[in-house]
Amino acid sequence: MEPVFSLLTGIFLTIAIYLMMSKFIIRMLMGVVILGNAVNLLIFTSGRIMREVPPVIGPGLDVPAGPVANPLPQALILTAIVISFSFFAFLLVLSWRAYSTLGTDNTDEMRVAEPDGTPLPPLGY
Amino acid sequence: MAVSSPPVDLSAALVLKPVAAVDWLVILPVAWCIGIGAVLMMVRHRTFLHPPIAVAALGILAGLDATLLWHVAQNGPVTMVMGRWLPPFGIAFTVDLTGALFALIAAVVALAGAVAAVTDINDGGRRYGFYPFLMLLMAGVSGAFLTGDIFNLYVWFEVLLISSFGLLVLGAEREQIDGAVKYGFLNLVGTTLFLIATGYLYGIFGTLNMADIAAKAGPLRETAPLTTLIALFVFAFAMKAAAFPVNFWLPASYHTPRIVVSALFAGLLTKVGIYALIRVSVMLFPLERDDLSLVIAAVGALTMITGALGALAQTDTRRLLGYLVISGIGSMLAGIALGGPGGIGGAVFYALHSMVVMTALYLAAGLAARLGGGFSMASLSGLYARHALFSALSLMLFFAVSGLPPFSGFWPKVMLVKAALDGGAGWLAAALLFTGFLTMIATGRLFLLAYWRPAAAAAPSAQDAVPATALLPLIALTAVSVLIGLFPQTLLGLVHEAALTLDEPSAYLHSVFPAGSAP
Repeated sequence: MEPVFSLLTGIFLTIAIYLMMSKFIIRMLMGVVILGNAVNLLIFTSGRIMREVPPVIGPGLDVPAGPVANPLPQALILTAIVISFSFFAFLLVLSWRAYSTLGTDNTDEMRVAEPDGTPLPPLGY
Repeated sequence: MAVSSPPVDLSAALVLKPVAAVDWLVILPVAWCIGIGAVLMMVRHRTFLHPPIAVAALGILAGLDATLLWHVAQNGPVTMVMGRWLPPFGIAFTVDLTGALFALIAAVVALAGAVAAVTDINDGGRRYGFYPFLMLLMAGVSGAFLTGDIFNLYVWFEVLLISSFGLLVLGAEREQIDGAVKYGFLNLVGTTLFLIATGYLYGIFGTLNMADIAAKAGPLRETAPLTTLIALFVFAFAMKAAAFPVNFWLPASYHTPRIVVSALFAGLLTKVGIYALIRVSVMLFPLERDDLSLVIAAVGALTMITGALGALAQTDTRRLLGYLVISGIGSMLAGIALGGPGGIGGAVFYALHSMVVMTALYLAAGLAARLGGGFSMASLSGLYARHALFSALSLMLFFAVSGLPPFSGFWPKVMLVKAALDGGAGWLAAALLFTGFLTMIATGRLFLLAYWRPAAAAAPSAQDAVPATALLPLIALTAVSVLIGLFPQTLLGLVHEAALTLDEPSAYLHSVFPAGSAP
């Protein structure tokens, strides 16, 4: 099962990187979403995919009976999902604001903070 | 409900001894910052309450961190685990000297920033939440310095990143939006790379506790691609720290926010990346760091020289300082590449010095703009005639950042150059000294044009009265720099001890896994 998931992660990462290399912020945003999911899949696969037995300890037992799924990657992914979603929400609002303030979603035209052709500093006085 | 389960041996999974009161210091800086941040959110409409609460809270935070440093210096690394679960199952907070030193200086820098913000951030900025964001930023920074778990480190990175977004767009001007877009996307990529590396690390080791990883790395070297893993970590942290080929987000954004925010970012954010790089590459994977040392050294040399050259080319004082931040990162990378107590100690010392001095320099640029009417070197002039004390402070900071004695920048540079010469890397020593020379030219020209040049006739009318809250943090930070420069013995001793602990982390491991409870 792991090789399939590894390939899937690779495909996700490829698409994410391709989209994030675009000049247009809307595509970069989609790249961010896919990148977050690619990483979640990667962590999931890193934790080894075992039986579909939930890691619940039965009544009267100290340890689970038999192998169970690894719960830790799921906890990690849950954290990562929350964080990547909040990041995406912030970047979405920021991009909308950038579009309405700067009038473009093309990063080549976003040169307000670094205007072209600023003069050299004075050479003397 | 009356069914009584058989007695369970809890000592196999839980810490049953009550935690000593002094050990709570490990978690207290983080809990304190989050708590005060929440209080500030509750009173967010009474903005007149924000500065006194935040300044007092950050003063107490500095006190807590100083006590923690004293405790760690006396007793060695201290560990506390969440929920009493035994490590490596519980998330561990482990503080050694390196973490405690970074946390203390970060608190001092944040305190200076909070005082400077009393006049620099207006009521609108406070209403928008400057001080709550600052407290949460400090929670993230302190957490990153104190944690002993690598996924937890990632979480604190995100906490400080989200807070820094809030601070960066404070005011929502056109330039800020533009800078924030670049900062946001590139930092997101950086932290995601960190998360990818952490995922692989978990896949290889099956644990995320740093002490556990350091203990298990030995036998895994035969089978696992650890050098690839550490290369990923180095790349991710280099991006966070703004090292040369991946530093474009810093000059694009650091000059856009309020000057106090720039000062705090320059002092805190990139240094967290350096700290994480030291922690992971030096303590966890020393052999792999040796393999990569030439790459890190080359990146460091390029970072410091391109940073200094970038500073030479700037007209805007804030952008000039942004490039000096990058240049300093190069020196720290050189220390990490050199390794050994000398190199690592030099990198740690340089980072501490850079936190204080870069923050002070941004605050000085803010005051210069207040006195001279802008940030452009073409129009700034006559500051020396207007405010001699401020000019003297600025000159001291310029010397400090260039690495001249008797200021704080001198000693780490001595340590790094000595480590480079001892390690047979003469070219790295030459790069360090050449960078100091270029930095001196860049800052000297700024002093010449903005301070010595007679005021232009058409200069904007100056506000001659500089408020005490703007000058006080600058004086305090400069005093710290001068004191470190004049009396370096204490800090040199601490830094040397910290580097030894990183180089040979048995004390760190012993703190997490006391004798007999080997992982």
